[in-house]
Amino acid sequence: MAKKIKISINGVSVEIDQDTTILDAARQTGVIIPTLCYHKDLCVAGNCRVCIVEIMGQKRLTAACATPCEEGMDILTNSLKVRNSRKHIIELLLSEHNADCTRCYKNGNCELQKLASEYKIMTQDFIRLVPFKNYTIDQFSPSIIKDDSKCIRCQRCVRTCAELQGVNALTVAHKGDQMKITTFFEKAMNDVVCTNCGQCINHCPTGALVEKNYIEEVWDAIADKTKHVIVQTAPAVRVGLGEELGFGPGVRVTGKMVAALKRLGFDAVMDTDFTADLTIMEEGTELLTRLKRKMVDHDPDVKFPMATSCSPGWIKYIEHMYPDYLDHLSTCKSPQQMFGALAKTYYAKARNLDPETIVSVSIMPCTAKKFEANRPEMHDSGYRDVDYVLTTRELAIMIKQAGIDFMRLDDVHYDRLMGESTGAGVIFGATGGVMEAALRTAYELVTGRDVPFDNLNITPVRGMEGVKEATVKIENPLKEWAFLEGVELKCAVAHGLVNAHKVMESIRSGESNYQFIEFMACPGGCLGGGGQPIPTNPEIRRKRAEAIYAEDEGMPLRKSHQNPEIIKIYKDFLDHPLSEKSHHLLHTHYSPRDRF
Amino acid sequence: MTTNYLLKRVDFIFKNENDWEVILSKSINRAPQELINELISSELKGRGGAGFPTGLKWKLSAEAVNAIKYVICNADEGEPGTFKDREILSRVPFKVLTAMAVCGHVIGAKEGYIYLRGEYHFLRPELNKAIVEFEYYCKEIKFDFSIKIFMGSGAYICGEETALFESMEGKRGEPRNKPPFPSTSGYMGKPTVINNVETLAHTFTIFKYGAKRFYDLGVQYSRGSKLFSVSGDTPKPGIYELELGMSLEDFVEEFGDGDTKAVQVGGASGFLVPRKRFHETAIGFQGKLTGISLPTGGSMMLFNSSRSMFNVLDNYLEFFREESCGQCTPCRVGCQQLLKGIKAVKRGEKNAQYLDKLLRLTETMQYTAKCGLGQSVANSFSSIVENFREEMIY
Repeated sequence: MAKKIKISINGVSVEIDQDTTILDAARQTGVIIPTLCYHKDLCVAGNCRVCIVEIMGQKRLTAACATPCEEGMDILTNSLKVRNSRKHIIELLLSEHNADCTRCYKNGNCELQKLASEYKIMTQDFIRLVPFKNYTIDQFSPSIIKDDSKCIRCQRCVRTCAELQGVNALTVAHKGDQMKITTFFEKAMNDVVCTNCGQCINHCPTGALVEKNYIEEVWDAIADKTKHVIVQTAPAVRVGLGEELGFGPGVRVTGKMVAALKRLGFDAVMDTDFTADLTIMEEGTELLTRLKRKMVDHDPDVKFPMATSCSPGWIKYIEHMYPDYLDHLSTCKSPQQMFGALAKTYYAKARNLDPETIVSVSIMPCTAKKFEANRPEMHDSGYRDVDYVLTTRELAIMIKQAGIDFMRLDDVHYDRLMGESTGAGVIFGATGGVMEAALRTAYELVTGRDVPFDNLNITPVRGMEGVKEATVKIENPLKEWAFLEGVELKCAVAHGLVNAHKVMESIRSGESNYQFIEFMACPGGCLGGGGQPIPTNPEIRRKRAEAIYAEDEGMPLRKSHQNPEIIKIYKDFLDHPLSEKSHHLLHTHYSPRDRF
Repeated sequence: MTTNYLLKRVDFIFKNENDWEVILSKSINRAPQELINELISSELKGRGGAGFPTGLKWKLSAEAVNAIKYVICNADEGEPGTFKDREILSRVPFKVLTAMAVCGHVIGAKEGYIYLRGEYHFLRPELNKAIVEFEYYCKEIKFDFSIKIFMGSGAYICGEETALFESMEGKRGEPRNKPPFPSTSGYMGKPTVINNVETLAHTFTIFKYGAKRFYDLGVQYSRGSKLFSVSGDTPKPGIYELELGMSLEDFVEEFGDGDTKAVQVGGASGFLVPRKRFHETAIGFQGKLTGISLPTGGSMMLFNSSRSMFNVLDNYLEFFREESCGQCTPCRVGCQQLLKGIKAVKRGEKNAQYLDKLLRLTETMQYTAKCGLGQSVANSFSSIVENFREEMIY
């Protein structure tokens, strides 16, 4: 039990735990102190100064986010001095900010705009500084647009890139009025170690960092009668989208989303969960094949641990940071790219369509997927496999533009052929989900029995701990897998690249002896992706995760290999996992990248 | 030759340091508490400008429980118009090194650093030589203390103690949130005493002569002597060690050129005093009963009637605009607004009342900026604008 201390906030005495910051103490007692540079995911910076409060007896004001309460403190959060100063600070921020709100992508979801509106800053007394500055707008990345004229130097992106991701693509350069957030040697975001994860976008309070949106391109495609526009939706979108459209966090809107996509005019609405199930078939088989090559064939070239390859942020990270470990990656493409390759082959054939006329769109909780779709490796269908990637946020914008009353939609089911999924595909959206889904299938493949966890729930790989571990012992395998008798499959799960770094270092030092590791670039996995609704914070991630696992529990089928459409695609098209056709369409290799 | 000075000269700091080995050996054989008491009773306050009681600073670090502690000498002398630390380090380096080692003994630190201003690179070879000799002696008397030089890179803000730690840790030199304070969490998160060069040199004096000799100088709240860097419109620029508490009138009488219009006390972050206030202004730390008393890190800039106060302020603001670290809003944007604002008023693009808006802005900066830099921009701005308003407008 923490020691309790007595303080007073706006004249009301309260008892709080010692070492609580003034900001938290105020929030606990129902007093809202505005913030900008503060974010629950990040360390305290205390640099925007918006959260200043008055402590009686002190001449200077104090940043509430950065100051712990002390016994007897008499705190005023709305005194004349506080209000005047806070107003000044907002005015100062606005004078340096390109407040071109109606033309801003973040219009309506900008924390600075909200503050300006709350404090009714109606005049512009201070001199506008924007015209005096030589701002750059970096649009070279297929994922991220960085507009320095909108930046308020809160450094949330810098802290995100350092603390959550350990990438440090964004940093602070210069000082005084020249101080800015930039990259190594002020190169374009596309030319540095940036993994396109989009966490900076998700943490940016203004429009300084936004995704490159492809909304108009998709509208154009839909309107083009010569095009057959199909769309896939990633597992995590269905538990995030609602937040943009009137629901609270953690509400599953799968059926409504499908209904909305149909109304938007997509010719077919299918599910990335289907290719998530397919990934499990391919990746699970790859894992078992690698084990066999190692244990039976004693192949010295086979690499362990095998790492998952679903997260494009993680892929770019390993290309930059651990290029000598690229052989450890599963050769499987991500579910998005598997879907893309199949859309213009399998689907085209089954529907008797010219793949040339197919426009393949994907809805992703992710900005790195935009980069991934743009990769030269991703043209195995003979065309660009995925044409446009939209984030959850962009889809919400389209739904609003189309005038769809989302909350009143009736549930609709995905279209057939690549629209069926199992609970295993759904949990891809949460950290640990790929691992859990893979274990459910691989274990059964090897032993003929369910994985030995209560109700298929492999709880050790669930939850928000940065690095999770699980061991599954294989007993009484089927005859063809007899060599696995007694083998303890050691697995790890890492989410957030800073945790990926920890695991990779433990592999490099020889400290760990995992066989299989799931890596996800974003904290919480895809449900906390850079393309998800803003805000995303620990509480919201937890709620989205609960929704994902609830969706899994409610599915009649919860193991990838039970998916009837998966059974069908192997029968009609792919033959078997790791077949020649799968190799051609569903697998790939990545190449090292420099850090500079 | 004797000269009759209006202000009493003191000669402690630059007095020969030949006896540093004796002072060191003697001091490290005294109990830490005794040395702390000596400092406390001397009432020595930090000579960098902020004036925190030195004895208390050492005491807090001594009480902090940690196996690793540090002593840091802040030689990032960057305040415009001050150049005393440079002289101390080149003329009596052993006093500073000895004081650092004694501090190490008092608080339980084995490592000391001198954070040397980037532009003082030329001091480094001689200083290094002194350190080698000093460490050799420490070894000889079996006293475990080492000193290293850390070179700054030219940022004014790194003289701010927590920005200095960040800089030493290899990070961007930006001030930290306080609390925690350096005495419990400083360099590398360890308890750290960080003192100005001159402060350390004064502790040498105190350990040598005892607290009383020091205390007997100066006035209430402002004990001892202090080095002053005198510059500007003066026939005798230079460094002078004088008693604290002198009146500015006497100072101008002695150092002025007969046409002194104003004196900037404490550099760009200090206050400008116009002629009409010389008689009521004393130089020292603010106390309950002292009336107008201005602290200074030692910078005394004299301006005669040929000087435009607009240009002076413009120059200061230009300095702050560039030297703000840029992390906190009031300082980064505030400095730009002040600079652009006075220019706009001068050009007639903004009316004279805009100066009042800017004065209110400096008040906000003083209340809300994260560190001393942003907080003290108000000092020069308000004292210049309030006293020379016409010069700002016409």
